[in-house]
Amino acid sequence: MELEMRGITKQFPGVLANDDVNLTVAQGETIALLGENGAGKTTLMNILTGLYTPTSGQVLIDDKPLVMDSPRDSIDAGIGMVHQHFMLVPVFTVAENVVLGDEPTEALGWLDKKKAREEVLEISRRYGLEVDPDAIVEDLPVGIQQRVEIIKVLVRHADFVIFDEPTSVLTPTEVEGFFEIVNGLKADGKGIVFISHKLGEALEIADRIVIMRRGKTVAEVLPADVDEPKLAELMVGRPVDLVVDKDTAEPEDVVLSVEDLTVLDDRNRTAVNDLSFQVRAGEIVGIAGVQGNGQTELVESITGLRPSLGGFVKLNGEDVTMKSPRAIHKLEVAHVPEDRQKSGLVLPFTVAENIVLDSYYEAPISRGIQMNWDAANDQATRLVEEYDVRTPGIDVLVSNLSGGNQQKVIVAREFDRDVKLVIASQPTRGIDVGSIEYIHSRIVEERDEGAAVLIVSSELDEIRALSDRIIVMYEGKIAGEFDATASTTDIGMAMLGSGGEAEAS
Amino acid sequence: MSDEAPGDGDWGDQGYSSWYARVTGVGSSIGQAIVIPLLAVFTALLIGAFIIAVTDVDTLPLWGSDPGEAFRLTFSGIFDAFKALFVGSLGSPRAISETLFAATPLIFAGLAVAIGFQAGLFNIGVNGQMLIGGMAGLWVGFSIDVPMIFHIPLALIAAIIGGGLWGAIAGFLKAKTGAHEVITTIMLNFIALFLVDYLLQSSLFQQAGRNDPISQPANASAQFPTLIGSYRLNIGFLIALAAVGFAWWLMYRSTIGFEFRAVGFNPSGGRYAGMNVAWVYVTVMAVSGALAGIGGANQILGLEPYRGISNFAGTIGFDAIALALLGRSNPIGVLLAGLLFGALRAGGREMQGAAGIPIDLVLVLQALIIVMIAAPELVRAIYRIRTPEQESGTTLPSGGWGG
Amino acid sequence: MTAEATSGDAVVKTRATPAERRATAVGVVLVLLGVFVFWVFGLGTESGVNSTFNLSLPGERFEGLAWAVNSRWLAFIVAALLAFLGGLVLRKSHMKWTNLALAIGLALFALAFLTWAASGKSFNLVGMLRSTVILSVPVTLGALTGLMCERVAVINIAIEGQLLTAAFVGTIVGSAAGTWVGLIAAMLTGALLGAVLAVLAIKFRIDQIIAGVVINIFALGLTSFLARRVLSEAQDLNSPGRFTSFKIPILGDVPIIGPMFFDHNLFVYVTFLLVIFLHFALFFTRWGLRSRSVGEHPEAADTVGINVYRTRYRNVILGGFIAGFGGAFLTLAQVSRFEENLTAGIGFIGLAAMIFGRWMPLGVLGAGLVFGFARALQQKLGILGTPIPSEFLSMTPYIVTIIVVAGVVGRARPPAADGKPYIKD
Repeated sequence: MELEMRGITKQFPGVLANDDVNLTVAQGETIALLGENGAGKTTLMNILTGLYTPTSGQVLIDDKPLVMDSPRDSIDAGIGMVHQHFMLVPVFTVAENVVLGDEPTEALGWLDKKKAREEVLEISRRYGLEVDPDAIVEDLPVGIQQRVEIIKVLVRHADFVIFDEPTSVLTPTEVEGFFEIVNGLKADGKGIVFISHKLGEALEIADRIVIMRRGKTVAEVLPADVDEPKLAELMVGRPVDLVVDKDTAEPEDVVLSVEDLTVLDDRNRTAVNDLSFQVRAGEIVGIAGVQGNGQTELVESITGLRPSLGGFVKLNGEDVTMKSPRAIHKLEVAHVPEDRQKSGLVLPFTVAENIVLDSYYEAPISRGIQMNWDAANDQATRLVEEYDVRTPGIDVLVSNLSGGNQQKVIVAREFDRDVKLVIASQPTRGIDVGSIEYIHSRIVEERDEGAAVLIVSSELDEIRALSDRIIVMYEGKIAGEFDATASTTDIGMAMLGSGGEAEAS
Repeated sequence: MSDEAPGDGDWGDQGYSSWYARVTGVGSSIGQAIVIPLLAVFTALLIGAFIIAVTDVDTLPLWGSDPGEAFRLTFSGIFDAFKALFVGSLGSPRAISETLFAATPLIFAGLAVAIGFQAGLFNIGVNGQMLIGGMAGLWVGFSIDVPMIFHIPLALIAAIIGGGLWGAIAGFLKAKTGAHEVITTIMLNFIALFLVDYLLQSSLFQQAGRNDPISQPANASAQFPTLIGSYRLNIGFLIALAAVGFAWWLMYRSTIGFEFRAVGFNPSGGRYAGMNVAWVYVTVMAVSGALAGIGGANQILGLEPYRGISNFAGTIGFDAIALALLGRSNPIGVLLAGLLFGALRAGGREMQGAAGIPIDLVLVLQALIIVMIAAPELVRAIYRIRTPEQESGTTLPSGGWGG
Repeated sequence: MTAEATSGDAVVKTRATPAERRATAVGVVLVLLGVFVFWVFGLGTESGVNSTFNLSLPGERFEGLAWAVNSRWLAFIVAALLAFLGGLVLRKSHMKWTNLALAIGLALFALAFLTWAASGKSFNLVGMLRSTVILSVPVTLGALTGLMCERVAVINIAIEGQLLTAAFVGTIVGSAAGTWVGLIAAMLTGALLGAVLAVLAIKFRIDQIIAGVVINIFALGLTSFLARRVLSEAQDLNSPGRFTSFKIPILGDVPIIGPMFFDHNLFVYVTFLLVIFLHFALFFTRWGLRSRSVGEHPEAADTVGINVYRTRYRNVILGGFIAGFGGAFLTLAQVSRFEENLTAGIGFIGLAAMIFGRWMPLGVLGAGLVFGFARALQQKLGILGTPIPSEFLSMTPYIVTIIVVAGVVGRARPPAADGKPYIKD
């Protein structure tokens, strides 16, 4: 059996997301679909799974065109997708999520919960995907949630399985386990499409690699014929520097000191558990670890956005544990938040308004309570130029900018002052390679100018590229501390909670 | 620009100047700001005509027996109604004075709701805030006797404090407990209603010798002086204009307004930027309530017989929601919308008196206008207007119970 | 409140968790209530005076059943219990029971209040409990309407308008064609307005709260307009019949419980049955699972082939039928004519009950009873002739609503996609 996407074009208002794309997958074959954020991969897959209808083009199985008006049609055709952002209802149980849409029922629509449980367990055992059918999904760790997604797909007898960025939530060891599952599915005769921006993984797992750029398929290669730099070049269209250019660090005094910090999350569970570490001026400390181990709450606590339950945060010796975000900001702390659209920007505001979001209340942007828009506009114009923000003007709504440029607006705002401490959380998530390079170089620049830098990222490559020292967080505690030369295996072990070192002091 | 990956954000067609954007609110184009509201009003009037026609109980049976006569009667009925509407609102200097006079409390109330909207809050409690503010102003009005130049400002200050406090209650509840302001403000409306009824029958307020809920009159020095001869238009209208100016300055030129709007669009972003979201909620509701309070004072000190009566705020609170939407939460827009609704009211009264159409029809018209303003797609669908490339940034809060 | 824990060399202060802070607040409130009861209800009544609670209604089998209690002593006992409860909560040894303690404390306070109000007089407690149930019906029905809509993530502020319009239509059609036809017409009206809300919210993606407010304004304006233009001329269109109450044999004769639950009109019985039915439907059937999925994570539902739009339309219209039923109750059972603004905020109280009941049918029933109690209290206290002015009594349900909404929201989780329109390609 062969699945083919022929001549797929998808036009959105103002954007051509897919431009005459051709793709084939055979049963028992794994292909990797590579491309930058925004290249059109997810749109293409959404068409394949019936969520979108193509403007033109067809989807065929064994040369027979499929009618794909809804996700139902796609499921019936044997196509299943494991989404990047899980399509699981958090408050339902595993079994409820798995059978949703295809529920076993008794008379009058009464749910047969026992049968649902059995269906889950059957697939679970067959493919080695351990899971408890009665567990509530939102209580499960992300790696296990992914298994539920996979079971969902397999229960519906999918012949073709699409994985959208599946490894972004897995530790290196879990990635190995995931590859075993993929190979198992392959051996079972399924056709696999593996969407990713991780070049190394594509080389490892795929039989064929398809590269998309700006809505078009630009290349199709065999893993044996290429290496990572070549793939990166194909993805971006120009040679890309995968390594960050930086000198060795020369750390000086301690700027940030976290001592025995304990923080609760929104559901009153312990997210940060008696954690201690330090960051010195002139060094970059990277916190590695799969998301959901307390990194978010740690950063929120340091920046004053979340009250802590115990312990201290000290800035240059001063206790800032209970201080407000504004007070901490005034102590020359820059914070690039993990969710730029939720916390870092006000999307319906203009670029100029966003640039003065942290400075509007003092001179020269305002005098008393009267705002000085001339000064604000001057500042915005200057920063847009200096930080290479691509925008038609400073009075444009910031929601119109691409992700990369939105992030640059935030970086421009935060880095423009003299800062002693920089905290950047997932600084390059979801943005284009050009902007990634730019932001990385700016971060290193801040370090070289004497700031202490704390990076939090779930992309291990980014951590390893930027950091002078690496700390691994697992379940709210420090599971390991490494220097920049540590191996991925060691770090990966720590991310699973084993191989822990003593807490840094 | 060409390096941008597609799908990450589109440029759209901006088509406006920065100055215009700042005056009329973020991201609006001329089409959205004027054409759609005009069409909405026009459509509402059409539907209103239809309602008048089908509820003409006397004429309805005639359609069966003598359609020609029925049509003539219906048509003349509609014509009379709309003629009265026009004459009553714009047909003479007196009519214009009545229009401006009717627009005054609507402007205050509309500003109150609009400021709330800009900060992401639904202030449905304008009625209650008007009642409390009005009573406070009335109390100052009859309790002291000083020259008008002091008396009126003092009364206004009392109204500001009264309305502001009443609004702040809802803001405080939202800030501290997350209680949604739609429910709390509506409840506070009812509580204010009963509270005022109680006060109007208490010895403090009640007119000596009367048993019904009516207060003593405000002293002459507190009564708003009229502006032109015998017409009812008084300084209340001028105060309303000043309030519009103040509101505009507050929202677009002050740091406080900047915070209001930031929190209104994105409370998380506001918090991250160091804003005290709880404080913003309280302050917004207080300012909103204060504006409503002045409107309430206007209803007593600006109207004969300068006494408080039961439910003197009427349905102004609901009208205010329509105003804020029609004016896209922008103070200038609210002013224009207020003038329009003032015209509808003045004309509506004439319509009730001369053509016998109950004034509640105006409420229906307002509801229709709101629907079409809140859903530009609806108006576009009816009139087959092209969609602009760029969806403008909305000045309306998004739904959800918060908490 | 801080506790100290040692960790290695340093002494680490632990700050209070949110649960601990809430326990402190509740404990303090309970103790203060106890002091209040002691002072005002205890010392404030003369000694040797009894409050007599009649526990049966005239014409019943157990007629004449009554409970006389010394007003003062009851107050003192309640005050002591409240202080005791407060102390327990403050000790924070079992914080899970904080909410239960609060509920018990409030119930005790209500008892003390009634005793104080009835001191020296007799008061028909069963009558009041029966009124509680009756007056809870429109609130519960409104809350169920809201629940049906919010469970598929559509906020329905228009319940008030639905109740009002349905009541109006029910009156007119009921007068013209009989009460049963009137009931059906009312239900259809509610469903129609629900459909309007659905179209505005789902197809045109108008902000749902605004759409709801608009429908309310429209309903108020239209019904008032028509009442004046049409009803004032045609009085005979404003006198529909009434659904009378009927007693369930055996169960209805049980003292206290009987008249409270088993001697009512059709609407009350249907409401109880509806609550139970919806509970099972929502949590045990395929329909319920799919509906809830649409409300919690519409994208997930979409990807497994559930039609999100159709589900939302369907459930909002079904909710409209329930609202129509509630509106009919107001003019075809409770009173027998329509008046301007008959509903006076009941729809919004229903919303509060929905939140209080945590979007679950059984919870909503309990919440509805609480609000019914507040409304019944307002009525009966007026009859009793307490020193409290009638206007303040009228405020009771609205103040209770505010307290409920302030105390509960933030701790209850609405369906995750509540209020957000679902936008597909």
